[in-house]
This record gives sequence, structure tokens and C-alpha cells, in this order.
Amino acid sequence: MAELNAVEIRQVSKIFGFGEFAFAAVDNTSVSIRQNEFFTLLGPSGCGKTTLLRLIAGFEYPTSGEIMLNGEDIAAMPPFKRPINTVFQSYALFPHMTVAENIGFGLAMLGKPKPEIKDRVDAMLKLVRMEALAGRRTSQISGGQQQRVALARALAPQPKVLLLDEPLSALDYKLRKDMQIELKRLQAETGITFIFVTHDQEEALTMSDRIAVMSSGKILQVGNPREIYDAPADRFVADFIGETNFLKGWISSVRNGIADVDTPVAGRISATMPQDFHAEGEVTVVLRPEHATLCAPDQSIVSQMTGKLENVVYFGTDTHYHVRLSDGETLFTLREQNKPLQSARFNQGDTVGIALEANAARVLRN
Amino acid sequence: MAKTFSIRRQRGFTAIAMTCFFALYLPIAVLVFYSFNAGDSLASFNGISLRWFTKAFQNQQVIDASIRSLQIASFAAVVATIAATMAALATTRTEPYRGLTLKYAFINQPLMIPEIVTAVALLIFFARVKIWTGYSGLGYLIAAHTAFCIPFAYLPIRARLENMDLTLEKAAADLYATPWNAFRYVTLPLLWPGILAGFMLAFVISLDDVVITEFVKSAGQDTLPTYMLGQIRRSITPEMNAISTLFLLLSVCVVTVFFIVNRKRV
Repeated sequence: MAELNAVEIRQVSKIFGFGEFAFAAVDNTSVSIRQNEFFTLLGPSGCGKTTLLRLIAGFEYPTSGEIMLNGEDIAAMPPFKRPINTVFQSYALFPHMTVAENIGFGLAMLGKPKPEIKDRVDAMLKLVRMEALAGRRTSQISGGQQQRVALARALAPQPKVLLLDEPLSALDYKLRKDMQIELKRLQAETGITFIFVTHDQEEALTMSDRIAVMSSGKILQVGNPREIYDAPADRFVADFIGETNFLKGWISSVRNGIADVDTPVAGRISATMPQDFHAEGEVTVVLRPEHATLCAPDQSIVSQMTGKLENVVYFGTDTHYHVRLSDGETLFTLREQNKPLQSARFNQGDTVGIALEANAARVLRN
Repeated sequence: MAKTFSIRRQRGFTAIAMTCFFALYLPIAVLVFYSFNAGDSLASFNGISLRWFTKAFQNQQVIDASIRSLQIASFAAVVATIAATMAALATTRTEPYRGLTLKYAFINQPLMIPEIVTAVALLIFFARVKIWTGYSGLGYLIAAHTAFCIPFAYLPIRARLENMDLTLEKAAADLYATPWNAFRYVTLPLLWPGILAGFMLAFVISLDDVVITEFVKSAGQDTLPTYMLGQIRRSITPEMNAISTLFLLLSVCVVTVFFIVNRKRV
């Protein structure tokens, strides 16, 4: 028998409002989340990712569909009966309790004996490296420390699944980076399934085993970070994850999963194709900015893309170039890594060519 | 020489502030001062004595009225605070919904309706009830006081709840707390200062009421304020000053206790 999925969402819908004001926050969505997985729900605000999380936590009940936890339907179960804990965006620590009391709250509510609670709280404090602050009030510790307490509190009852609702969004850049590593470590050490909600694509790519990209209440693509980035399922995913250039074109021929696409602005480019894709006629081709380089206008061999350099933006690690292509409409973005003490090769206003790396282009499913 | 604007530095501001404070506190200071008058008159001060306080304490009518006032205020404040707490929970611990503003208005209406209108309405209503039931005890006064105390108790409780993160109860539920346990271990401990403030406010408001009490009370049901009003109609003696001073002392004590308790909790 195959291992049960930790969480299985089966055709779940959540509709808010009635009649003409009805709005599907989650729209007939299905997804399976495996055991011990770091799973991320990624999407812009209002895409339904938080609603889906709240459905799993039990703060909302689905309008239709099933939510299975280790094979058991929990869709109608109140939150205090679900062996699932949440790390809230606002942390929601209890201000009238100490750090230790906060962490022990879940165990106390489960009616565990006092010595057991104490041992477990001590272990949790050690896990998140907060032993020294056990007796402090939650108002007397910093934001990053509150974050750790919130994590420890949610992990203390050893839930089957841990839900994290944009827990890093209130932290500054450095602390956020540290906490990303910390979260991965905690997930590995505890072996608990993490379901992480974020709108930050970089966070999703760096932390997740698998990512589900959501928009308008639907899951558009589920896959590991590399699949999501390199083989986006559609235009929305391609646009949301990283920066992307879109070119219109027509497939002229297909060989071994590589298509020759005729584009009005770049001539013929070869592009990789999604599996089982049999489109003819007009398609969209995506190109990542880091898979193209600038060259002199007559040196572009692979493609015949030329244009006027409109904008040069220096980013420290790399430089972004915005090129207005020869059709006068399309603005093509490309990114080059900076070398030590290298001065700009091209200046604003120059006419430039764009060279593409092999397999840089990919045909999108429409 | 650009200074930021501060109303404190405006010319004449100190004078205005002092005038306001004088207007507020001078009459009270005079009242307290004359309560220690050894003489019989309010016009001349004849040395310090506590005789009017002694006299007030020996006046059976004053004692009866005081006890009645405290009974009514205690009952009314307790019932009003419980009702106000439930109302505040129901109006703040949910996502906003249609008709919520209307509910606020309904709960707070006793603050808006002129007291005299409520008084007349209650007089007529209770007169009927008295005929039907034959009961004519303190219950009517307690009921009336409870009714007008609810919005006063409601305001500080609601203010406290509005500053409380709605997610806290969700977090409790997420951590295996049943709805009752979430209330018992999270909401109530955090709400306690608000409830206490609501109770104190309701208590003082009830203790102080004249208009509604005057209309609703039956014969021999004078509270301290209505008794004082009756006495002053006849003759003003320093005994009234002494009673007022004691009243003031009680109010100050209640407010002080509240501040101390509240500070410890924060």
C-alpha cells in the first residue's frame, strides 16, 4: 500500500457571500501534500492561499469538497480537535503569559500532566534556542524571538501538520534569511509536514520541496522549485515566478521536443516544449532575463533580435538592461552578472543585439 | 527661530487653563472646607470640627438611604457589567457584519435619550407592572439602574476588546482549547481590567443618579442623592456638606482602586 498523503484536498470550494456577491476564494481545488514535506502555497494576495490554509486549520469550513488528514476526512472538525497547529502572521502570542506558558498552552489544553509539559517546553525552548528567555513576557522580547516562540508553541504538541501563514513577512531582510534556514532545520529535525503560505517567490523557491502556485482560488501548477521556474505551466506562473520576457510567435516545425518558432521581433528561435503539447499556430515563448546577453547589433547569431538600450539599472551583483525591440513595442529585460571592476559595456541609447543561450526559450501552454 | 507649534506655549493658554480648573474645583473645595465648619451657618466659618460628620452618621435616614444606594448600585453594577461583557463580546469578537453599527446604536441609546424621557417612561411602565404584580420593592430601582448602567459598563469593556487581537482566540482554538477554555484562559484574563473599569463606572453612575431614581422610587425608597435633594429643598445645613464630602471620598477611593489594579495588570 502506498503511503498515505499527509493532507489531501479533494475538490474543495469555499464561497463567501451570497447571490451576486458570491465569491469563490477557493475554487474547486485539489492537491495532495506528502508526508514530511515542506510544501508552499504561493500566490499574490487575494489568490486564496490563506483561505486554503484556514480551511486546513479549521478556521473556515469548505462550501464543498473533502479535506483528508492521513486518510481521515476532517473538513467538518472544529480546529481544537485537529492535530494541526498554526504559526500566525501576527504570531498571536498570549500577552498575559510568559514564553514558557505560551509554549506549554497546547499541551495544557490537551490535559497532559505537568511534569510532561515542563519537559516538553524545555525541549522546545532548546530547539528554538530560547532557554534564557523562558520566564519573559512576550512583550519583552524582540520580533525575531517572538517568531521563535510562535514556532515552538505550534510545534510543542507534536502536530501531524504545521501551517505557517506568511510568518516571515514582519521580519527585516537579514532576520528573514536566518529564519528561512532555521525553518528548514526545524522541519528536518522534527519530521513534521510543513505547509507554508507566502507571496514571496524567492522564499518559496529557496525553502520548498514542492510549490503550488495559486491564482483566483485555483492551483495553477504544483512542482518542485526547478520545475516551477524552468517549466512554468502557463503565462501567470511564468510571470509571477521571477522576471520573464514574453514573445509572440508561430510554430513552424517541431523535432524531438524542440520547436522552431517564428517571431516577428526575433526571427526564428528554437524553444523547448512542454510534454504532450501539440499546439499549432500562435504561441507564447518565455525567456528568462539571465539567459540572454547583450552584444553588438551585428553579432547576434542565434537570434536576430536588436533594439535600443533604454535603461541600465545597476544592482550590485548584476546589472539589468531594458531593451526596446525593433518593433518599437516590446520591452525586453535581460540581466548580466557583474565582473570585478568591469565598466559598462553598453550605454543608454546604444543600439544593441541580444544573444540567447541554448534552450533559453520555452513554449508556453496557453 | 522656528519652533514647532505647541498649544502649551500659546499666549494666554495658562490663564485659560487655570480659569477652567478654578471653575471646576473651587466650589468643591469650598464645599469640603465648610463641611468642617464648627458653626451652624454656611455663611460664616467658626472653627474646625467634625460635628456635622458625627451628626450625619447618627442620622438614621442618612444611614438607610446610604445602604439603599449601595445595595442598588451593587446589584445594578454587577448585572449591568455581566450584560455589557456579553454584549461587548458579541459585537467585537466577530468579523464585522451587516447591522453591527445598528447594534452599537441600540446598546448605547440610553446615553443618547434624554434621561428625563427614560424616567417618565419607566414611571408609567412600572406603575402598570406594580398594579399587575403588587410588588413594590427595590426591584424596580435596581432594574432601572441596571438598564442605564449597561452602556457605561459597555464602553470600557468594548474599548479593551477592540485593542485585543482577534487571532488570539483562533490561536487558542488551534492549540486544542475548546471555546469555553479559550474564553477562560485567554479572553477573560486579558479582558479583566476592562470588566473592572466597566463595573466601577457603572457603580459610580448608579450611586450618583437622581433623575430616574426620583421618578421610579416608591415612598420610603430614598437613595442618598434623592434624600439630599429633599433635605436641601427645606434647609441647607453643613450636614449636607459633610455627606457630600463623604460621597466625594468614596468616589475618589473607587477610582483610585481602579487605577492601582489596572496599572498592575498592564
